[in-house]
Amino acid sequence: MLKIDKLHAAVDGKAILNGLDLEVKDGEVHAIMGPNGSGKSTLAQVLAGRDTFEVTAGSVDWDGTDLLALPAEERARAGLFLAFQYPVEIPGVSNAYFLKAAVNAVRRHRGLSEYDAMDFLSRVKAEMKAVGMREEFLYRSVNEGFSGGEKKRNEVLQMALLEPKLAVLDETDSGLDIDALKVVAEGVNRLRSPERSMIVITHYQRLLDYIVPDRVHVLSKGRIVRSGGRELALELEQHGYGWIESGAGAAQAAGAAGG
Amino acid sequence: MNAPTPVTTPASPKSASAATRGDALGAFLEQDYTAGFETRLETDTVPKGLSEDTIRLISARKGEPDWLLDWRLEAYRRWLTMRPPTWAAVSFPPVDFQDIVYYSAPKSKKDGPKSLDEVDPELLRTFEKLGVPLHERARLAGVAVDAVFDSVSVATTFQKELGEHGIVFCSFSEAVKTHPELVRQYLGSVVPPGDNFYAALNSAVFSDGSFVFIPKGVKCPMELSTYFRINARDTGQFERTLIIAEEGASVSYLEGCTAPMRDENQLHAAVVELIALDDAKIKYSTVQNWYPGDKDGKGGIYNFVTKRGDCRGARSHISWTQVETGSAITWKYPSVILRGDDSVGDFHSVALTNNLQQADTGTKMIHMGRNTRSTILSKGISAGRGSNTFRGLVRVTPRAEGARNYTQCDSLLIGDRCAAHTFPTIEARNPTARVEHEATTSRIGEDQLFYAMQRGISAEDAVSMIVNGFCREVFKELPMEFAVEAQKLLGVSLEGSVG
Repeated sequence: MLKIDKLHAAVDGKAILNGLDLEVKDGEVHAIMGPNGSGKSTLAQVLAGRDTFEVTAGSVDWDGTDLLALPAEERARAGLFLAFQYPVEIPGVSNAYFLKAAVNAVRRHRGLSEYDAMDFLSRVKAEMKAVGMREEFLYRSVNEGFSGGEKKRNEVLQMALLEPKLAVLDETDSGLDIDALKVVAEGVNRLRSPERSMIVITHYQRLLDYIVPDRVHVLSKGRIVRSGGRELALELEQHGYGWIESGAGAAQAAGAAGG
Repeated sequence: MNAPTPVTTPASPKSASAATRGDALGAFLEQDYTAGFETRLETDTVPKGLSEDTIRLISARKGEPDWLLDWRLEAYRRWLTMRPPTWAAVSFPPVDFQDIVYYSAPKSKKDGPKSLDEVDPELLRTFEKLGVPLHERARLAGVAVDAVFDSVSVATTFQKELGEHGIVFCSFSEAVKTHPELVRQYLGSVVPPGDNFYAALNSAVFSDGSFVFIPKGVKCPMELSTYFRINARDTGQFERTLIIAEEGASVSYLEGCTAPMRDENQLHAAVVELIALDDAKIKYSTVQNWYPGDKDGKGGIYNFVTKRGDCRGARSHISWTQVETGSAITWKYPSVILRGDDSVGDFHSVALTNNLQQADTGTKMIHMGRNTRSTILSKGISAGRGSNTFRGLVRVTPRAEGARNYTQCDSLLIGDRCAAHTFPTIEARNPTARVEHEATTSRIGEDQLFYAMQRGISAEDAVSMIVNGFCREVFKELPMEFAVEAQKLLGVSLEGSVG
């Protein structure tokens, strides 16, 4: 279980998260919605351990571990996965080599034997098929020259291979057409399991038609101002984020907090 | 055809996350120089300074014939009229050429060791420590080694086996004695004594180096290699290497270099000449790891080298591959003169500068024959406060009908205080010439490291992976033994990266 308690974070001295509280139980899928600049991506990056962001107060407990004390690569090996909003290109490094290095780093950490080339290839090819990626993507440089949709599929592929306990999807829907969105959502749904929690960050409720969350939270100015079930997302779509920020939504937040 | 404008790419300053970068890149960049030890032995060293007497002394020590002494003296007189080149993008205080020892050799019985048993065990241990065992049993499989220590060659392995094929592989000094006619015919025929300041100096005072002769039609059955070691203090190393491949012959030659860590700068001014006759092929690979100086730029080797190959015959092929990681300053442009019709020249280079290292390196491809082809592939890596310059010339002469060149020149910046420069020059004087130039600059960004770390890969491994990926096309040109050496040098792992 993930428990975020009164989290404050800043970048270059500018406060972005202002006392964020959130609890995600094992097996749950939580959606975090909010307008641009509300701190959604910052939350994702802070959880993943990017040190551009300074945590100024608060704590994050992850199954009894102080998550914030771990370096980024250890969080990853322990099962925290971030699907990047903008997956990074690494020219000259083949996707196959990168994926194998990542999978084996995680397997070592979990006390499992490392995959050899044969094991890895058969595994990765099966997973690629599931997310509709052609095999040639294995032999291209990581994300280099991939289209937006291909990059996002590559993120879902990595998630499938790394079998995280907690997956944070940062605007995985951005820049995708409806067909690509469906494929990506199917990939994510396939990975839902009682042991795996997910935090799905999105600007639009559209994604939640395909990945149905257990809980929906609305982030504004670095805090969660409303929480609810699936219907909250629909409500938001109807009224727009102005509805929350004008105070109407926020007024009800007190009642919903901690829900 | 216009020459592209020189491109200078300083890394942009970036404030965010010095911590991630500091830790990961710091560890990668601050690896120790493992070859920095010194061997203590008795040496035969001439006093510092350079004059005609010094040259006579060197020539006498080596028991050289008069023609060679005259050749040296003529070069010296030329040198006296020349000035050090100043056009390279490197800066250093003027070298005091009178403050250098021009000849230093481990003391040995008379004419030098006749067999390995006579070689000082301390010397054998030195080379063993450097990973170049000279003993019969421990030798590198399939690689014949000429080991040069300061000014002399201490041992050449597998000479007998090579001799059975008619191949001559020995130290330059030995070749002067055993094959004077070949030396006289080819010495200075590619790099004339007056070619440039450092070539003239080398021609005057050159000490030892390797000599290779592959007779007509012979494919050399093993890799030939020379390991250069500078040991003595205040000593310059001026080696001279001459490789001749006759009609239809082929050879792959490798050289490696190291030196002890010292606070003073030491000069290494070599000349390498390659001659390929009709249908001959010479592949010359270098892993250069001279002491680069400490992280504040103190000490290190000045590597001022003239390397040139002459594709004298039709369909001949000369290929240079270099991995340059050492030296405080590198000034080096291995070139190919494409004289024979249908001849081919290649230049593959990885040059890494870290701390305060400076490299100004590149190549010249001179197309003279018809349908000559050349490829230039340069990978410059700048880290720390290093400066890395690619300087290239592609010249197509009026007679070179159908000449083709492809140049790719990539720079990788690590950190935010280093610099990369590219100065390509293209002179095409034949309308049928096809010359292509591509250049890229990239930077190991904090975002790439974080992406890898978020997948469980340590930042150090991520840097290795990226650097290795960047160099891959050049590494694959190296003979296997050296690819391993090169990968170690760059602190990278090659395993599995070839997708």
